[in-house]
Amino acid sequence: MGIAREHDLHKRRFSRNRGVGLALAAFVAIIFGLTVVKVSNMDVVGSYAAGSLTAGGDK
Amino acid sequence: MSDTSARTTPPPAIGGEGDFADYFALLKPRVMSLVVFTALVGLLVAPVPAHPMIALAAILFIAIGGGAAGALNMWWDADIDAMMQRTKARPIPAGRVAPGEALAIGVALSGMSVVMLGLAANWVAAGLLAFTIFFYAVVYTMWLKRRTPQNIVIGGAAGAFPPMIGWAVATGGVSPESLLMFLIVFVWTPPHFWALALFVRSDYEHAGVPMLTVTHGRRATRAHILAYTLLLAPVTIGAGLTSVGGPVYLMVAVALNLWLIWGALNIRRRSEETATADGYRAEKAFFRFSIFYLFLHFGALLAEAALRPYGLGGW
Repeated sequence: MGIAREHDLHKRRFSRNRGVGLALAAFVAIIFGLTVVKVSNMDVVGSYAAGSLTAGGDK
Repeated sequence: MSDTSARTTPPPAIGGEGDFADYFALLKPRVMSLVVFTALVGLLVAPVPAHPMIALAAILFIAIGGGAAGALNMWWDADIDAMMQRTKARPIPAGRVAPGEALAIGVALSGMSVVMLGLAANWVAAGLLAFTIFFYAVVYTMWLKRRTPQNIVIGGAAGAFPPMIGWAVATGGVSPESLLMFLIVFVWTPPHFWALALFVRSDYEHAGVPMLTVTHGRRATRAHILAYTLLLAPVTIGAGLTSVGGPVYLMVAVALNLWLIWGALNIRRRSEETATADGYRAEKAFFRFSIFYLFLHFGALLAEAALRPYGLGGW
């Protein structure tokens, strides 16, 4: 009957697994957010550089 | 083979079966909260605004870096932690986390936090974070803590770097303002911890940590608290005269310094007999107030930055 019973060890393992899972999910969310911000900023820089080149070409 | 002595001897703590809170405790969450707060202030008072997402990620990685240094500290100090009342319930001496696990977590999180801060913000901030971890884990924990009564003075630098890192996240560099924020925490640390050492005397003596109270005596420690408190006043008030300061900060700084100096003078005047008789009331009050002192100084810097857009903060 013991095998189905939840031991304190199982609770601690579950706590660890849930904690690591949530930490990894948060890490993925942070990386995703950073990527969006960095790529958006690159767009601004890219547009600026393209605009400068066009302006230079018009001269 | 049935060996009686083997049965009666308690099994060695193997660790590895703690719950998530035990592993989180390795990161010293209370210290981490101070790191987060001072780094956030350093970041927000900087003249260059940081993107909110980058700021959030940077503060998180600074906190993880600080926590990693805490894990390395717990790994190295597990032997003396087991001897002190205040620290013997920590995850490693209590046997809930194995020392090797703490080392692995400390090293892995150190590397991850530095690289991620470099990628998210800039490499000046990442370099400062790497130096902070090295300073706390190697210079303070492994080298100075058990060798010199100046351990707290020099080790205090590790806790003083976060506002500089926050500033570097926003500006990409170091400036007199960020150095002054560093100095505030650096000079504040010794009297704060020496006041603690006065009323948890038996712990440090028992563990053989050469605190000033053990090596130079309690009278000298009281004098040192006053000397450093007097040194702290011009540093904190001086910060109020820079671009991050202003009238609000200056008023708060003057009031807090008068209060702290009064507390330090009181500690200096007291004899050990008086302190023992009233259960170290003045020393405990000084220790508690010093936490508010630091919090309110950085809070006032933040208030100046918040008022600036309305033409009210700063000079």
